[in-house]
Amino acid sequence: MPLLELKNATVQYNGTAVLNNLSLGIEQGEKIALVGQSGAGKSTLLNLLYQQCKEDAALVPQDLGLVRSLSVFHNVYMGRLNKHPSWYNVVNLIKPLKKEVDQVLPILIQVGLEEKVFEPIRELSGGQQQRTAVARAIFKDSSIFFGDEPVSAVDEHQSHTVMQAISASHQTVVLSMHDVELALKYSSRVIGLKDGDLVMNEPSGSLKASDLDGLYKQ
Amino acid sequence: MTASISSNGFKAGSKPRPLLRISLGFLVIALVLGLLGDFEITTLDPWIEIERMVAGIITPDFSATEDLWSAVVNTVAFAILGVALGNAMGFPLALAFQFRAVRILCAFIRSVHELFWALIFLQVFGLTPLTGVLAIAIPYAGIFAKVYSEILEESDPAPLQTLPKGTSSISTFMFVRMPDAWAHFKTYALYRLECGLRSSAVLGFVGLPTIGFHLESAFSQGRYSEVTALLIIFYVIIATIRKWVHARLIPLYIILALLVIPWTGELATSNLVRFFTYDILPHPLRVAETFDMGTLSALGAWLSIMWNEQALPGIIATIILTQVALVGSGALTLLFFPLISPKFFNTFGRTTGHIFLVVLRSTPEYVLALIFLLLWGPSMLPAAVALALHNGAIIGHLIGRYTEDMDLRPDSPKGLNLYAYDVLPRLYPQFLAFLFYRWEVIMRETAILGILGIATLGFYIDSAFADLRFDRAMFLIVVTAILNIGIDTLSRYIRGRLRLRTTADVV
Repeated sequence: MPLLELKNATVQYNGTAVLNNLSLGIEQGEKIALVGQSGAGKSTLLNLLYQQCKEDAALVPQDLGLVRSLSVFHNVYMGRLNKHPSWYNVVNLIKPLKKEVDQVLPILIQVGLEEKVFEPIRELSGGQQQRTAVARAIFKDSSIFFGDEPVSAVDEHQSHTVMQAISASHQTVVLSMHDVELALKYSSRVIGLKDGDLVMNEPSGSLKASDLDGLYKQ
Repeated sequence: MTASISSNGFKAGSKPRPLLRISLGFLVIALVLGLLGDFEITTLDPWIEIERMVAGIITPDFSATEDLWSAVVNTVAFAILGVALGNAMGFPLALAFQFRAVRILCAFIRSVHELFWALIFLQVFGLTPLTGVLAIAIPYAGIFAKVYSEILEESDPAPLQTLPKGTSSISTFMFVRMPDAWAHFKTYALYRLECGLRSSAVLGFVGLPTIGFHLESAFSQGRYSEVTALLIIFYVIIATIRKWVHARLIPLYIILALLVIPWTGELATSNLVRFFTYDILPHPLRVAETFDMGTLSALGAWLSIMWNEQALPGIIATIILTQVALVGSGALTLLFFPLISPKFFNTFGRTTGHIFLVVLRSTPEYVLALIFLLLWGPSMLPAAVALALHNGAIIGHLIGRYTEDMDLRPDSPKGLNLYAYDVLPRLYPQFLAFLFYRWEVIMRETAILGILGIATLGFYIDSAFADLRFDRAMFLIVVTAILNIGIDTLSRYIRGRLRLRTTADVV
């Protein structure tokens, strides 16, 4: 039995179909890239899959879900709010505890944010904010990672580091991506969507970037 | 699109100008009420008093009484303790604001002006610090609860969906809702402290040892040099508030305030019980031995006399004064805001404008009214002018700052043309939003001007307290509160209809 499974899933917004009768299975250990034009249904499919296993999955949504007034450290720490009693969380909110900073720091080094530990999110660039959201997801220490364009604003060099960090720290990964090269490089399987239909479902090894061009044609 | 036009009540093609229409409507109402109301100058020769005032203004006397500095210290201490306690009570109420009972309680306690709370607590606690602190803290708690809950509602909910399952509600609240709200809380609390200083000063007029106490005697004896000195110190305290208030210093200030406040007077709990279980009961109920038809008809007669002879005339006078003062505030706002706007004046002109507006908005409306009353004699005129100047300065300040961020095209006209064709049309919705927000505040203020002898509801309340008829006072306070809540509801309805928005930072 697959880890995640959809059978004949159909989603409509205001009468317009966003996903058409879609069936799909994802096994443990797979690295899935969802590709397709914007509006093809990637985010909807990602959220549908996330809802199935949100208890042991980490999510980087499109809007990132960061608290803008809080520091990078606090936003990453939020990945483990459920692991500590409330009083401990509140103390750590008012005065960051060394023990927690020491745990968060290695992840911030992985995503290249070690110099921004105590900067508030609103002071950061879009790419830095995305890396904070990824760090929070990694800190959550789940076996499954869901990301909706998690590196779209990160520069090219760093996007590889961040993608490696995501892959290395999660067994199963489901990402929606618009960067085709990146999608092929860090996935084991590509799922292509067009106008709410599943039009591609292939192992990444057998694909070239040009094979995906069809997804982006009208 | 069609739906939104028809739901607004305007037909397409008829060039709807709802903002203009509502403004003209309020103007006409105010003019008609102005003719009905009692607006006149009754003093025979106001110039004598004006000369004495001007003489006082140019010769401020800081050594007039040795009590002057202790009055200033008391004013600040009462304000700090009152606002701090109001904050401490208002915050938990804000968290429970989804409950209807809490919302009604808060609407009621904030609709009663702090001077009336002071008059109530004077009967219960006497002239003790508790009276002054609670008179500020209770209505402010209601205001804090409302504004804080609005601020919390505006925090971004997006982070909620990424929180790990099992996160406690306390952790969720502290990490997701509090951080964004915190900066707004601080800004708003600081603004409230400024209001608290004014409230604290005014409490002196009912006998508490703040500067209002000295202002009243100085005014009544014409010692205008002393008045000027007191007011100058007060302006300096308010104008420098951002310099001396810091979050870290607040606990220290609270401790200092507790130390300096004069712990005089005796606290009798028997008063408390008697006041709330006996004194405020309508007279027929107090004297009745059994509750029968006779009691009921006596109560009916009491209510009918109270309504016809006090509540109704009071309500009419309150509404007349409110509407005239509201439109006056609007007119003065439009006159005042360019004074501090970089679109109209250079740095020197704006500095002068700022000082002028700070003086007008820092002077408690009660003091302004007292000045005009001395000049013009008793009628609604001094009260209306005082309210219009005070509120016009407050909204003018906000609107003036609003023009700072306004971008003008490079070839925009100058002066009056710029004002009429560009700036005014663009800020008009914001202006109306602030003015309607202020409507209920103006009404609350008209009621307290009754204490100066203007026959609003406050006049009848004050007289009832003076005659120790607490049942009448309580009845009239409840009537006043209901009237205020009604205006607040009407204002919210109109703002909704016109799609006007105000930020929570401004009240």
